[in-house]
Amino acid sequence: MHYLSEHFSSLFRDFGQLTTTGLAQGAIYALFALGYTLVYGVLRLINFAHSEVFMVGTFGAVLTWSALGLDQNSHINGVGSVVLYLLVGLLAAVIASGGTAIVVELTAYRPLRRKNAPPLVFLITAIGASTVLSELVGVLSDRSVRSSPIFVQPHELIRVGNTSLTNVQLILIVTALVMMVALDLFINRTRLGRGVRAVAQNPDSAALMGVNKNRVISLIFLIGGLMAGVAAVMYMMKIGTTRYDSGFYLGIKAFTAAVLGGIGNLRGALLGGLLLGLVENYGSGFFGSQWHDAVAFAALVLILLFRPTGLLGESLGRARA
Amino acid sequence: MAATAMLAGAAACNSTNGNTSSSSGGGDKCGLELAYFGALTGSAANLGVNIAQGAELAINQYNEKNKDCQVTLRKFDSQGSADVAPGLARQVIQNKKIIGVIGPVFSGESESADPIFEEAGIPLITPSATRPTLSTNGWKVFHRAVANDLAQGPAAGNYIKSVLKAEKVFVVDDQSAYGSGLAEQVKKVLGAAVVDTDKVQGDGKQNDFSATVTKITSSGATALFYGGYYQNAGLLRKQLTGAGWKGVLVAGDGVNDPGYVKAAGNDAAEGSILTCPCAPAAKASGTFVADYKAKWSVDAGTYSDVAYDAANIFLQGIDAGNTTAEKLNTYLGTVNYKGVANTYKFTDKGELDSAQIIVWAFKVTNGEVVPDVEAPKS
Repeated sequence: MHYLSEHFSSLFRDFGQLTTTGLAQGAIYALFALGYTLVYGVLRLINFAHSEVFMVGTFGAVLTWSALGLDQNSHINGVGSVVLYLLVGLLAAVIASGGTAIVVELTAYRPLRRKNAPPLVFLITAIGASTVLSELVGVLSDRSVRSSPIFVQPHELIRVGNTSLTNVQLILIVTALVMMVALDLFINRTRLGRGVRAVAQNPDSAALMGVNKNRVISLIFLIGGLMAGVAAVMYMMKIGTTRYDSGFYLGIKAFTAAVLGGIGNLRGALLGGLLLGLVENYGSGFFGSQWHDAVAFAALVLILLFRPTGLLGESLGRARA
Repeated sequence: MAATAMLAGAAACNSTNGNTSSSSGGGDKCGLELAYFGALTGSAANLGVNIAQGAELAINQYNEKNKDCQVTLRKFDSQGSADVAPGLARQVIQNKKIIGVIGPVFSGESESADPIFEEAGIPLITPSATRPTLSTNGWKVFHRAVANDLAQGPAAGNYIKSVLKAEKVFVVDDQSAYGSGLAEQVKKVLGAAVVDTDKVQGDGKQNDFSATVTKITSSGATALFYGGYYQNAGLLRKQLTGAGWKGVLVAGDGVNDPGYVKAAGNDAAEGSILTCPCAPAAKASGTFVADYKAKWSVDAGTYSDVAYDAANIFLQGIDAGNTTAEKLNTYLGTVNYKGVANTYKFTDKGELDSAQIIVWAFKVTNGEVVPDVEAPKS
């Protein structure tokens, strides 16, 4: 009993702090999960190479920063130059990630689609593309760690009792929200978005109605890649180091988040990401960090038992027309 | 995995060094070979390279003095991986000229490769694998030229207690056999001063430590002991600094690498204390420090001096006529060798004689890992 009460007291003491830090980590999962969900929503394909699309984005940003003479010890003064450097890094990450996503689609998926390959084959090429990319970067980078400068020194914005919210956490959470809303508007309000929904609902009818299916598919890979690029810069801002395998575990978590929220559902990806971040942190707070991953997946199983299609469980195709 | 091991082995075989023997000198001590076994590539390569270069320096110096009778060093790159190590060890034992091994460098690869060396009867001296249980398997070929974590752990704990004078200490480990074992030793010494503990995932499996950081900051601890390797230690230190924690991070030889400072950044790493069951390489006696710098154009690193001594112990044994693996192994049981880093005398289990145990504490100062003090023994 004493054991339990001690755990409860530490969870209660840190509850607020675990919430804010959990939401910040969840925001990264959410940005990452949008890419999985988008591709799945249209193609019913789990793009396992998405974790490497993200990883290439982190390298794009870091290499650009080091080309500009920045390393982990650089001090950047002035809001103007911080924003400028972040934007340059973002541009590099988005180009690297978006480009990688398109290359994966063109080499690993499109030729198979043309031959009407069964879904299992796509799964294998997805895993293959993922391994090739991660090993390629691993060999080229000597499997060493690359670091970025601290752009935004975390400092507290608000403190209530034991709970604080830092500027970095706020930036992460707001970015995830903005990206999700923007994507949602794009899919539901624009002409290209209507094409995406049409292909998601019924690719053949969409083609008959004059939608260029391959262009729509390239577009969603590109958008998924752009989201991964944004996630990459947010990740570098928060963690600050990357390696050839940095996408691997994060990818599994983001995929979990996508399933938790309802795969194929954009709002579900955000909800699933934030929730996963929270559950992991509460679990770590209560049981200890060694239970970090076990708690997350136990929660996934539990939720899927009651809601087999995930929390918001509707697909992109069935989103309101 | 087998394919990887074979590839690595094939690559390692090409990376010979020095000349093969010239038969003109005659005598059966000529043309013998020693092996370096450890990481030369991979994320933890730095430590392995330090050791390989120390050993290579010793052998080059030997060959210069014995021009007509050379000993060759063959380097085997394990990538620091316990999965690659067994296949590579089989390659070592197939080469009948190899009668001694310097390494394996890490504890994990030692556990998987040492039984193979034991089976073949090839003596080994590890200058760096510190997991205490390595000497309790009854391996007759095993020799450790440094103290193990039963000495390093208490030294780190005593440093926290008597130098830092921390009354509240938080202990984190990465659940590896090295990290958790070392953390246990530290906890024993600190006793009631340990306010709380946590366990994180290993390098590459976890990058966000927010829950652990939250616990550390709200525990009121002024010192943190981390049992694990340098990559995660650096990330944890950086995130602690980001959360405003002002305490000191203390860690063992797995973190005693410039890679820690790189992962944390100079500002966050400043003031961290890193222990090592070794003396600073820069304090090695004789001309070693200058010779090393002249040969490699870099300063000697962690365990370079110990590796240099280990190679010289083998060479002295060969000179004394121990030209088979079996004789050389018997010889190791009798040595009392004064090297540049320490004096070496092995117990029947292959551990360094307890009188020779040295543990130092290093401090990160202006982005460099510099020697601080010899850690108090009690």
